[in-house]
Amino acid sequence: MLNTSLSHFLVLGALLFAVSIVGIFLNRKNLIVLLMAIELMLLAVNTNFIAFSHYMNDVSGQIFVFFILTVAAAESAIGLAILIVLFRNLRTINVDDLGSLKG
Amino acid sequence: MAMNLQTVMFYLLSVLTIFAALRVITSRNPVHAALYLVLVFFSTAGIWMLLEAEFLALTLVLVYVGAVMVLFLFVVMMLDINLERLRVGFWKWFPFAAVLAVILLAEMVLVLGSSKTAGTNVNVAKHAANYSNTKELGRLIYTDYIYAFELAAVLLLVAIVAAIALTLRQRTGTKHQVQAEQVLVKRNDRVRLVSVKSVPGTENK
Repeated sequence: MLNTSLSHFLVLGALLFAVSIVGIFLNRKNLIVLLMAIELMLLAVNTNFIAFSHYMNDVSGQIFVFFILTVAAAESAIGLAILIVLFRNLRTINVDDLGSLKG
Repeated sequence: MAMNLQTVMFYLLSVLTIFAALRVITSRNPVHAALYLVLVFFSTAGIWMLLEAEFLALTLVLVYVGAVMVLFLFVVMMLDINLERLRVGFWKWFPFAAVLAVILLAEMVLVLGSSKTAGTNVNVAKHAANYSNTKELGRLIYTDYIYAFELAAVLLLVAIVAAIALTLRQRTGTKHQVQAEQVLVKRNDRVRLVSVKSVPGTENK
């Protein structure tokens, strides 16, 4: 407990991941906060990657974080663009109102 | 019970991260959620600093706080959202989600927190004073991962094109130039030469 070890960081990542899962359940109607919860999840994964990279003396783990950051930035940019188009057409971002494709 | 500075910093930043993450998912106002997400990113960047991933920690602050979160805030403030409707039944699925999250967390802690996890008992090698994390990352990216790096660049380009194509809209009824028509104009469309017969006696002498 007195010195940080790999487990400390992995448990922190697990906690962050669990919080964001609860977040997805709570904010299932609000698309913007859903996107934020996904960002939190990716952050937890990245923390795990960096912790393993540090404790295994292998910088390759950090390269993967680099790519995950790139993909996550692209994802949130396109996600927000879709959100804006959606709001322009329907004047809402409530997931409940998006059932127009339902038969 | 003397903890070293690194451990103190770890617990401080962890508590801050988890608290801010909880505020992100429970905030009533999406603007507050976005601001708490900024706090999560900042404290996580601190934790990455403790893990000697300096370049990524700074990238997280620059790219995420500087670009992605500003984009989030722009969108949140631009849209006129009915907050009350979005909060209806907010806590309805909380018991289920809490049970699921606790099970998941317990599983992960049991596996990852055990002393048998690979890397747990490793003594981390101390780097020399002139060791540069950025240099090492750059060396790997431009040698072993060069194709993946170029693919990431293409992916960002695709994201730019997609985001612009999605949000671009052609408005009708606005007065704007049409360059193609301007270029295609012929002389005869604009200028007409008329030969006017002059009346005798009015010419300049």
